[in-house]
Amino acid sequence: MTWVLDNLDLIGRLTVEHLRQSALPILLGLLVSVPAGWLAFRFRLTRGLLLTAVGLLYTIPSLALFALLPPLLGISFLSEVNLIIALTVYAVAIMTRFVADALGSVEPSVRQSAVAVGYGPWRRFWQVDLPLAGPVVLAGLRVTAVSTISLATVGILIGIDNLGYLFTNGYQRQIVAEVLAGVVAVVAVALLVDLLLVLVGRLLMPWTRRRAAT
Amino acid sequence: MNLFADAIAWIFSPDRATGALPLSEAIGTHLAFTAVAVLLAALLAVPAGWVIGHTGRGREFAVALSGAARAVPSFGLVLLLVLLLGVTHKVAASTTAFVLLAVPPILAGAYTGVEAVDRRVVDGARSVGMTPGQVLRKVEVPLGLPLLIGGLRSATLQVVATVTLAGYVGSWGLGFYIVQGIQLRDFSQILGAALVIVVLAVVLDLLFALLERAVVPRGVSARRAEQSDPARRRRRREVATSAT
Amino acid sequence: MIEFRSVTKTYPDGTVAVADFDLVVPPHRTTVLVGSSGSGKTTLLRMINRMVEPTSGTIEIDGTSVLDRDPVQLRRSIGYVLQNGGLLPHQRVIDNVTTVLRLTGTPKRAARERALEVLDVVGLDRSLAERYPSQLSGGQQQRVGVARALAADPNILLMDEPFGAVDPIVRAELQTETLRLQQELNKTVVFVTHDVDEAFLLGDQVVILQEGAHVAQIGSPSEIIENPASEFVASFIGVERGTRALHTKRTDRGTVLVDTAGRTQGVLVEGTA
Ligand SMILES: Nc1ncnc2c1ncn2[C@@H]1O[C@H](COP(=O)(O)OP(=O)(O)OP(=O)(O)O)[C@@H](O)[C@H]1O
Ligand SMILES: [Mg+2]
Repeated sequence: MTWVLDNLDLIGRLTVEHLRQSALPILLGLLVSVPAGWLAFRFRLTRGLLLTAVGLLYTIPSLALFALLPPLLGISFLSEVNLIIALTVYAVAIMTRFVADALGSVEPSVRQSAVAVGYGPWRRFWQVDLPLAGPVVLAGLRVTAVSTISLATVGILIGIDNLGYLFTNGYQRQIVAEVLAGVVAVVAVALLVDLLLVLVGRLLMPWTRRRAAT
Repeated sequence: MNLFADAIAWIFSPDRATGALPLSEAIGTHLAFTAVAVLLAALLAVPAGWVIGHTGRGREFAVALSGAARAVPSFGLVLLLVLLLGVTHKVAASTTAFVLLAVPPILAGAYTGVEAVDRRVVDGARSVGMTPGQVLRKVEVPLGLPLLIGGLRSATLQVVATVTLAGYVGSWGLGFYIVQGIQLRDFSQILGAALVIVVLAVVLDLLFALLERAVVPRGVSARRAEQSDPARRRRRREVATSAT
Repeated sequence: MIEFRSVTKTYPDGTVAVADFDLVVPPHRTTVLVGSSGSGKTTLLRMINRMVEPTSGTIEIDGTSVLDRDPVQLRRSIGYVLQNGGLLPHQRVIDNVTTVLRLTGTPKRAARERALEVLDVVGLDRSLAERYPSQLSGGQQQRVGVARALAADPNILLMDEPFGAVDPIVRAELQTETLRLQQELNKTVVFVTHDVDEAFLLGDQVVILQEGAHVAQIGSPSEIIENPASEFVASFIGVERGTRALHTKRTDRGTVLVDTAGRTQGVLVEGTA
C-alpha cells in the first residue's frame, strides 16, 4: 500500500499513457469495422471472406502478432506504432463481427418500411439501419474497449511503457503491491471506460434507455 | 521477405532439436500447459455452468464474472500469481493463472448453451415425466453442446496466448523464444517462434471449429430458423469474445 | 375422474390466473376448457400433472390428491400434448414416442414395437419413424405429440390447444382424427382451446371460462347453444352471428336454413334427431 502512495504520480502518468495508446485503436476499430461489418452483412461473398479473416486474426496471440507486423508493414518491432496497429487489428477483428450481427438484427420489416416511405440506400443506412443496430454495436464497442485496454499492457514486452510497466518492474523488483496496483489500475480504467461508453450510449440512443441491458 | 525466409530457416534449423530448449519440447510444454489448464477449468466451470443454466440461479454472477474477466490483464495476472506463490512455484502459479483465465469463457459457454435451449422443448421434456437431472442430461446438455464447445474454444485460445506471455517468467513454451529473442535482438528467432505459435493457435481453433459442428445434434442442424435467430447469435457472440 | 376443489393459482408476480375454481371431469369423456386468451386454461390443465402447483385448493384424480403423488411419476402416468408439440428436436420420431416408455423402464425392443403401433393409431406412416421432428410438417409433428402422449397408454390425456398452430384444413383433419381416437380409446380427455367450434365439435362437456378461470357455463354443447347462461356466453359462442344464428326460408323444394349474412347453410330435414 505504501508503494502505491509513494508512486501515485508514476501510476497517474502511466495511466494517461495507457489511455492515449488504447484510445486510437478503439476509435480506428470502430471506424474500420462499420464499413467492414456492412460488407460482411450485405454480400454473401464478402461475408465469408471477412468473417473468416477476422476470425483468423483474432486467433493470433498478441505477442506473435507484434512479431508478424514489422516485417509485413516495414515498421520497427520495438515501437509504439507496432503496438497500436496490433491493438487496432484486434479491435477490428472483434468489432466487425458485432457490426455485421448488429445490422442483421434489424427487423427486415423495419428496413422494408423505410424503403417503402422513400429512404434511399445511403440515408437509410445512416438514419435507420445504423441507429437500430446501435445497441449491439455499442455492446461490441464495450467489449472492444475493455479488451484493448487490458491487452495494451503486453506492450511492455516490446518496450512500450504503459500500465504494463508496473507488471514487469514490480516482478523484477519483487514488489507484489506494484504488480497488484497495475492489475487493479488496468481493471479500473477498463471498467470506467466501459461505464463511460454506456453513458454515451444512453445519450446517443435515448430510445434504449428503458430497456434491459444488451 | 528474407525476414520470413530467415524465420523459416530458424524453425527448421538442426539447432532446434538440441540446445537448452528444443523446439519440440517447447511445443509440447505449450500444449501441455494449455490442455491441463483448460481441463482443470472445465472441471470447475462446466458443472457450475450447467447448474446455472438449468436453475437460472447465479446467472447475474456469471454474467458479471465474464464481463469483469475481460478487463483483467492476463500478463499481469500471471506475474502477480508467480510473485504471490513464490518464484519456486512458477509452474503452479502460472497454471493457476491460466485456469482462472479459462474459467469465465467455459462457464459462459456452459450456461448459455443450456439457457439457449428452447423453453418449449424443456417444458415438453418435463411434461413427459423427466426428472430435473434427466432434463439436464438428455435435453439441455446435448442441445447446449455446440455453445459449450465454443466456450472451450475461446478458453483454449486465451490460454495459448497467455502461455506465450508466460515465457517471460520461465524458460518454457514458445513464448520464451520471443522473450529471449527480444533480449538477443534475434529477429529470426522472434518471427520463427511467432509463426509456430500462429500455426498452433490456428490449428487448435480449426479443430474446435470442426468439433463445434460435429456436436450439433442431428435433427437440429436441419433447422434453418434456429441459426438465424438473433438471440442465438447474440449468445454465440457472448461466448466468443474475450481478449487474447 | 378428475376433481378440482376451490383451486386458486396466483403467480409469483401477483397475477391471479385461477380464482376459486371447481370442476368435475367425468371419466372416459372429453371435457373441453374454452375461453379467450389469458383466461387461465393452460394453468388449469398444467395443475393436473403438477407442471404448475396450485396456490390453494386440491385437485384429485380418482380420489387421490395430485399433491400426494410424486410429480415425476404423476406426469409419466398422464399424457400431455403441448400446443407446439414440445418434441425433442435431437431425437428421432420413434425415440420421441418411446420417451415415457423408456423412462419407465420398458425394454427398448418392446418400446419400439409399441411406438410403431401408436404411430398407426394416430395415422402416421411408419416410414416417418426415423425422421427428426424438423423434417415433418406441422400437422405431422402434432400427431407425433399425440402419439408420444398415448404411448404409455395413460388413462388421462391432456391436450393444450394441440391444433392451434396448423392451417384450417389440417386442423379439421386432426379434429376428426381426435374424435375417432376418442371413440376407440375411451380416455379421460381434458382439451383446451379458444376455438368455440372446436370445443363444441370435440367436447362431451364444455366449460366456458372467463378471466381468472371463472366458470361462465358448464354443459353439453347442445345445452349451451340452446340455453346460454349469460350475455357473455351468448356473445362468446356467437349465437347471434354467423352459422349459429339460422333462420328458415321457404323455397320451392322445402325449407332451408339461412345465416345472418343471408347465405344458405343447409336444408331443414324434418323428423330426425
Ligand atoms: N409463469 C407465469 N407467471 C406469471 N403469470 C403467468 C404465468 N403463466 C401464465 N400467467 C398469467 O396467468 C394468466 C392465465 O394464463 P394461462 O396461460 O393459463 O392462460 P390461457 O387461458 O392458457 O391463455 P392462452 O389462450 O393465451 O394460452 C394470464 O394472465 C397469464 O399472463
Ligand atoms: Mg394457454
